[in-house]
Amino acid sequence: MRFERREHRPLYMMTLAPLLAIIAALALAGILIAIAGAPVFEAYRRILLGAFGSRLSATETLTRATPLILTGLAAAVAFRARLWNIGAEGQFYFGAIAVAAFGSKMLAGLPSPILIPLLMVIGAIAGMILILVPLWLRLRFSVDEVVTSLILNFIAVLFVSMLIDGVLKDPTAFGWPQSQALADHAMLPKLIARSRLHIGFAIAIIIAAIVYFVQSRTVFGMQSRATGLNPSGAVFAGVRLGSTLVKVACLSGGLAGLAGAIEVMGVKGYVTTDLSPGFGYAGIVVAMLANLNPLGVVLAAIFTATMFVGADGMSRSLGIPTYIADVTVALSLLTMLIALFFTQYRIRR
Amino acid sequence: MSTLVDIIASAGLWAAVLRIATPLIFGTLGALLCERAGVLNLGIEGIMTFGAMIGWLSVYHGADLWTGLLIAAIAGAIFGLLHSALTVTLGLSQHVSGLGVTLFASSFSYYVFRLIVPVAGTPPTITPFQPIAIPGLSTLPFIGPALFTQTAPTYFAILIALVMAYLIFRTPVGLAIRMTGENPHAAEAQGLNPMNIRYGAIIAGSALMGMGGAFLTLSAFNSFFPTMVQGRGWICIALVVFSSWRPGRALFGALLFAFFDAFQLRLQTAVQGVPYQIFLMTPYVLSIVALAVMSRRARVPQALMQPYRRGER
Repeated sequence: MRFERREHRPLYMMTLAPLLAIIAALALAGILIAIAGAPVFEAYRRILLGAFGSRLSATETLTRATPLILTGLAAAVAFRARLWNIGAEGQFYFGAIAVAAFGSKMLAGLPSPILIPLLMVIGAIAGMILILVPLWLRLRFSVDEVVTSLILNFIAVLFVSMLIDGVLKDPTAFGWPQSQALADHAMLPKLIARSRLHIGFAIAIIIAAIVYFVQSRTVFGMQSRATGLNPSGAVFAGVRLGSTLVKVACLSGGLAGLAGAIEVMGVKGYVTTDLSPGFGYAGIVVAMLANLNPLGVVLAAIFTATMFVGADGMSRSLGIPTYIADVTVALSLLTMLIALFFTQYRIRR
Repeated sequence: MSTLVDIIASAGLWAAVLRIATPLIFGTLGALLCERAGVLNLGIEGIMTFGAMIGWLSVYHGADLWTGLLIAAIAGAIFGLLHSALTVTLGLSQHVSGLGVTLFASSFSYYVFRLIVPVAGTPPTITPFQPIAIPGLSTLPFIGPALFTQTAPTYFAILIALVMAYLIFRTPVGLAIRMTGENPHAAEAQGLNPMNIRYGAIIAGSALMGMGGAFLTLSAFNSFFPTMVQGRGWICIALVVFSSWRPGRALFGALLFAFFDAFQLRLQTAVQGVPYQIFLMTPYVLSIVALAVMSRRARVPQALMQPYRRGER
């Protein structure tokens, strides 16, 4: 058996691949549900119901999708340029804690229309600062950024834990380590009344559109893609590798930081070390499922959020551990890898 | 100052160093074997988590401890087979495939664990490996209790490091693995099959990773909890670079690293007024520093992360 590279990739294949991948992942997860002794189709019906069955659950799913869109974009822009930023989780926490630091007292005198955008910028900058460490190590010492950015996740969470145990600790939280709460007018307005869905969701979609435009229509987008496809060819064509990577990294880290900022400003209002149930890592899957396409990221994030939110309800009624959502999402990453492979190669005997 | 001396002079510290080093030795050797054949295995974190879970679960259900360790190794090998299929046969990005394996293996571990052990107040426990006092040596002053009263898997890990050093540098199999990692085309010209060699190295390496995880639940602790691997897998990947892909130095690196880790644990109680998180950060900071310092001098296997396809360059 041999694999032969396809001359061109038909469009129908590129659109069909993610769907087939998700169906395959759901089928595999179905086996696990069956082993656990629950009816498979009923389980999936409950997941859908749990995620979209009511106004409350639907808004909850979109609320959950919001940070996933942004961390998914963070991974997608970086992976496009073959910058392996696996540190979105840490950058998320950096963005979140920066917003808590500036938004609770220091800048609370500012009016909302100035304060809210300013805090978002601060969150994004905090994410950029964290990604500069692995970037610097790569450019200066040629250290593979995968491990450094991953390990920084652990450092970032410990750093946040230190701050919310110390200088940023909320004295009214009965001794719980949590940060001081944001000023009320620093919170994002609701998108739909009587729900948790906030305008961060709309902002995330607009940003996805902007990133799509930047990637497909600007010189920077072309340079970052060229850097990923063929670094030496890109250099030959006059792309400055170092500065392109710096820009890509800042964009990626900034998006992840913004995800943290928006999560704090939109949902919780304060920071704890369980603010993120792995948004940074799930962002990697979201980006892969979208085949690194910024608009696809929105759909992939909603799919992922559906699994996570829906699994809660399913778990309560059928007694399947909620971790089935994580398993399904991880499986869909693996099946997507295989599906993408077969859009590029055909089997020859 | 005297507290520092007290800490270093205590046999307890040195016993802890070996204990903390053991999962790192298994994991680093496993990752090293994969990379020597030219394949980065970022599945390590998830494979260690799964090994910890399945090893514990087997013993909890009545298997003896060595069988638990063996089952963890087999489970690791199966994930290695998955990573091989994706990276060797299909030639997919080793980074992404490894991350996929990690995400899948860890979430699958939590799923299986929760399925069999529903949420309880206190997690159920097993009777772990007991320390073995080596006759004669364990009664030596100071080094006796530190070095010669470990549990069996610790001795086993050190033995594997020595065996692997011999295997890689002194046997034809080791030469074949090294050639595949440096230049698979040249290896094929010598009549070797780079695909099979990569499969073998990844499967065996992943089995070691599974055992490293199982050490955590079967020897260091006696129960399983999610997030118990806590980035040890990533630290192993850093240690491989630190060791310049040499098993002997991997052993040394794991011990050095464990020394700092054991030391900071004791310093936490000795030094007041410093946030404990600063101490907890040190192992992670150290592994980044180790990467920065060593990656310049390191001789990376030349074909690392390059997919190999017959007839395609």
